[in-house]
Amino acid sequence: MTTVEPIDVEDGAGTVEAVGSVGTLGTSGTTGATPTPTASGPGSTHLASESGLVVPVGRGDGCPFDPPARVERVRREQPVVRARLWDGSSCWLVTRHQDVRAVLGDPRFSADATRPGFPFLTAGGREIVTNNPTFIRKDDPEHARLRRMLTADFMVKKVEAMRPEVQRIADELLDRMTDGRSAADLVAEFALPLPSLVICLLLGVPYEDHEFFQRRSGILLSLRSEPEDIRTAQQELHAYLVRLARAKRERPDDAIVSRLVARGELDDDEIASMGRLLLVAGHETTANMTALSTLALLRNPGQMARLRNDPPLIKGAVEELLRYLTIVHNGLPRLATEDVTLGGVTIRAGEGVLCTLNSANRDDEVFPDGDVLDVGRDARRHVAFGFGVHQCLGQPLARVELQIALETLLRRLPDLRLDVPFEEIRFRHDMGVYGVYALPVAW
Amino acid sequence: MRVHIDQEKCCGAGSCVLSAPEVFDQREEDGIVVLLDAAPPAELHDAVREAAAICPAAAITVEQVERV
Ligand code: HEM
Ligand code: SF4
Repeated sequence: MTTVEPIDVEDGAGTVEAVGSVGTLGTSGTTGATPTPTASGPGSTHLASESGLVVPVGRGDGCPFDPPARVERVRREQPVVRARLWDGSSCWLVTRHQDVRAVLGDPRFSADATRPGFPFLTAGGREIVTNNPTFIRKDDPEHARLRRMLTADFMVKKVEAMRPEVQRIADELLDRMTDGRSAADLVAEFALPLPSLVICLLLGVPYEDHEFFQRRSGILLSLRSEPEDIRTAQQELHAYLVRLARAKRERPDDAIVSRLVARGELDDDEIASMGRLLLVAGHETTANMTALSTLALLRNPGQMARLRNDPPLIKGAVEELLRYLTIVHNGLPRLATEDVTLGGVTIRAGEGVLCTLNSANRDDEVFPDGDVLDVGRDARRHVAFGFGVHQCLGQPLARVELQIALETLLRRLPDLRLDVPFEEIRFRHDMGVYGVYALPVAW
Repeated sequence: MRVHIDQEKCCGAGSCVLSAPEVFDQREEDGIVVLLDAAPPAELHDAVREAAAICPAAAITVEQVERV
């Protein structure tokens, strides 16, 4: 069994951050390798817009809730620029809200990572997509065909009907966490198990196996994993889900994997790829949003008090937290299939693009005083779930989970506070999905 | 106001339903958008415009009509 424990990231400039494709969730791989500049890549004709940025860009010593200062500067000064990737190749960095929406909403930009020139943030990222890719890295019409097999399960009505079940899980987890104790790690005991239990229930995956798949998804999401470890983790997870699909063929239930089997349109490999995407996307994201949101509220006690005094604010507050924190923080990758003019530059067919959702969500043109967390703001136009036809399939579920998790936490633990100095919190700079590794709290 | 939807483009993530549940719904079998009210009353116009603006697939268009 090959496992990689999360590694501490040193502070300071040069810190590497994660790659944000929620691809098979995440792209990962070696960082810190010396880039070998390749002879005139596709970008060499664009020296005028060369930014000197190497992506993923680290936050360095900046505020851990803010996008990297250098990306923010680029958004204000030169919103579409060339940036350099780990392997010396280059791509376009698209940083403004309107341009990010334009790229992600435009079918001339492909999400098919098997196309030559597709930008990867790490070597491991390339490894992930070459291995049984599913619809997150395919284009329409194939993307739509596969996605539509799942849209009914995640539609608003279905997910809203799950509220009592999600509430029950949240309450049970808090009962256990607070039983005879006054301190705990909120990530391990609440933020992670909540979405993990929910997605297991939906998929028909036995929750008892959570250590197995959480470890492997941790490897897939880490920017520091070696490509070999990525491959192993990916294969183990895949084999596990193939076995699960076979088991459902024998003993069907009414959860998603079993129903995909029953449709008879997909083979076990295709079902396993979809299951893997849902399993990884379905718990790492909400888990990190829950913990990071809690921390952001603890650091903004005025906002926390507002939310406690006015619980109906929770829906809008969750949108604002999604905007402010933008945990898929390293830029969504796309490839231009035609020449497209954007923000005053021409992106040529065959060139890669990274859309930084976190800078778009701080764009003052759309969100005045975007660097301020304001739970009363109308943040619905945020792009934390992406944009275009790949926009997060699980967003109704993520919303319900986050609304219930945060509302329940604030209501049941009125004295909730950090149990360590803020400076000791370890942020997930090196992961595709941003957040904190642990959140020691007391109440 | 006249509202149009394009079910081919819709990717079914349901933002429109959250924004204007009186006007948009999702099909039971596949979560694709359905229009409940093609000529919604004035008090819903803002919500409908917001729905069109946040729709990730540009599947909603709004036409301003003189007195419908
Ligand atoms: C706060 C929580 C979440 C955030 C911030 C988030 C973010 C994202 C983003 C940014 C994308 C777009 C990727 C791209 O265009 O390249 C995406 C896609 C996706 N997400 Fe989420 N996600 C969250 C929760 C979930 C949950 C709970 C699920 C459920 C199972 C899920 C399933 C998916 C799937 C299947 C896709 C691929 C959709 C497609 O390509 O058509 N996500 N997510
Ligand atoms: S917001 Fe757009 S894509 Fe989403 S369900 Fe409504 S019409 Fe379809």
